[in-house]
Amino acid sequence: MTQRDVAKLLNARFLEASEDYDREAVNFCGADMMSEALAFSHENTTLLTGLCNQQVIRTAEMLDVHAIIFVRGKQPTPEMLEMAKEKDIVVMSTCETMYNACGKIYHATHKGE
Amino acid sequence: MSEPIVLKYKVTDGEFQHVGEASSSVKKELRALGVSPDALRRISVAMYEGEVNMVIHANGGTITVEITPQQVKMILDDVGPGIPDLEKAMQAGWSTAPDEIRNLGFGAGMGLPNMKANTDTMEIDTRVGEGTRITMTVNL
Repeated sequence: MTQRDVAKLLNARFLEASEDYDREAVNFCGADMMSEALAFSHENTTLLTGLCNQQVIRTAEMLDVHAIIFVRGKQPTPEMLEMAKEKDIVVMSTCETMYNACGKIYHATHKGE
Repeated sequence: MSEPIVLKYKVTDGEFQHVGEASSSVKKELRALGVSPDALRRISVAMYEGEVNMVIHANGGTITVEITPQQVKMILDDVGPGIPDLEKAMQAGWSTAPDEIRNLGFGAGMGLPNMKANTDTMEIDTRVGEGTRITMTVNL
């Protein structure tokens, strides 16, 4: 599943950051607490969060996160997007709640199990 | 035997949005030195957690990073309040961070345990009312 597929699944809009939309989405982590993302996420993660501040991008940088999905329609600031672009992180925003977004991704990635 | 590369950073108290600049800079330096992605990620996470803690609990401090071909050593010094109950502080989920920090996405009580989990060694020297020194190493 690529980031383009993820965006389609969640009816999400890509925001102006990295444009590497064909990058493979390998692992996913849903967290509003960055402390938890830092403790529980694996490599090559796509991070779903409803938190919307500069530390989300900073945390993503430290974790080598490939893409950030802002749920509940959250819109990052231009400064956040600039930082994400600099760190080569894909950023999108969806109006789905965290629960629904994670549910849809789980369903799509665990088919046949 | 070549001398270690030493990097020093001052972590200032104040606007929380700047937290992580030191960790970001170290990550960039280590990547340029060819450190493996796995070690790079562990070092970055441990140092960033430490940097966040310094701003939340200790009004900032200094970070010294010593790099040799075998190891990266991070020394985090602050003159904050110290940690009165280290055993509790090392328990996952235990936190004294105020609500406004939780609203920013931190203070879940995962910092110190996560620093330990991501490093090969971690030593904490803390004195109440004087400050804390945390020394962490990651083998390369």
